Amino acid sequence: MNSDTNNSVNEIPLIEEFQKKIDRDEKIEPKDFMPEAYRKTLIRQIGQHAHSEVVGMLPEGNWITRAPTLKRKLSLLAKVQDEAGHGLYLYCAAETLGKSRLEMTEELLSGKAKYSSIFNYPTPTWADIGAIGWLVDGAAIMNQIPLCRCSYGPYARAMIRICKEESFHQRQGYEIMLTLARGTKDQREMAQRALNRWWWPSVMMFGPSDKDSPNTETSVKWKIKRHTNDELREKFIDAIVPQAKKIGLTIPDKDLKWDKKRNNGLGGYAHGKIDWEEFWKVVKGNGPMNNERISSKKKAWDEGLWVRNAARMHASKNQSTVVAAE
Amino acid sequence: MAEEKKDTDLWEVFIQPKNGLSHRHCGSIHASDRNMAILAARNVYARRGEGQSIWVVKSKDIVSSDPNEKAENFSADDKIYRHPTFYDVPDDVGHM
Repeated sequence: MNSDTNNSVNEIPLIEEFQKKIDRDEKIEPKDFMPEAYRKTLIRQIGQHAHSEVVGMLPEGNWITRAPTLKRKLSLLAKVQDEAGHGLYLYCAAETLGKSRLEMTEELLSGKAKYSSIFNYPTPTWADIGAIGWLVDGAAIMNQIPLCRCSYGPYARAMIRICKEESFHQRQGYEIMLTLARGTKDQREMAQRALNRWWWPSVMMFGPSDKDSPNTETSVKWKIKRHTNDELREKFIDAIVPQAKKIGLTIPDKDLKWDKKRNNGLGGYAHGKIDWEEFWKVVKGNGPMNNERISSKKKAWDEGLWVRNAARMHASKNQSTVVAAE
Repeated sequence: MAEEKKDTDLWEVFIQPKNGLSHRHCGSIHASDRNMAILAARNVYARRGEGQSIWVVKSKDIVSSDPNEKAENFSADDKIYRHPTFYDVPDDVGHM
């Protein structure tokens, strides 16, 4: 299974059997046969997902020391710790496909690997922490729930664990927004400004529009993906709009309107035009915080060197003591 | 001081939810030794009262069968006499 171009002729029956398994909704496990392209797609997707969880700790970590109350500080700490855990579950899942942890770390630090662009935006106020929990985690949940049924066993299992933990994140964020929205005029405005900043980047989190998303079809066939980007994006908007209304905040999209014909007559929101130029600019590394995020990660990695070395040294010393005692 | 360019060992983590249940696999972690492995397993897989006991074992110490040998390892279809439904018992005997 080391051909990285075309599948060899004798793999054809295996590939057919693989696809049948997926069509029967059976899971693929690490030691099962899988086409090289399936393996590569998963390594890329799970790796990006893991990196996103890990980089996602940075914009929020920024507010841990300045959280307005002890209760909020505890919640934020727990949330950031969860993100670290989620990153680790996902790195494990990617490792079962033959990619080493060190390689993934190096790719993140060198900028070779991507992570979600949303984390390249700054968090200038406390309300941004609310907006991230409510919108960014909200969008992430929308994306992640279908992944719990992904065809690759270890990824699906990691996602089930993540989704269970993630729902507190969105509630935590919404509660921050709600508290600000019910507060003083300044606090309300702060909440509204944060919503204005995070709305479009959150809507873009679902990725390019279906017509510009050429990989979707294969991923759907392999049951890595169960819905298209646009389907999930619309579902997200339909869920968030009433939540914003409930706390008296305004979605910054003047073209947003209810369309009763959508979703087979159940209705849904039509949204305004998405600025894809901005999306690609941030993806390509020119967002407001791209450099900052990667240099923070590099700094943490470099400064952790002595800890990693000490742990290794300690382990090898103990190892020799054990051997001597035996 | 230069860094060794390789990962620390990978360990599989098992958690026992409570007495009476078996330890169940929940994922893996990297650690340099067994104490660090238990600590990492606790930090990563036990943040919400998931259980009462953790096992960690080096992934490379696990011996596993090949899923392609499922038929040889898990033969069942040809030994139907190992299942209770193979045996005919009159209905009026009741539950057995």
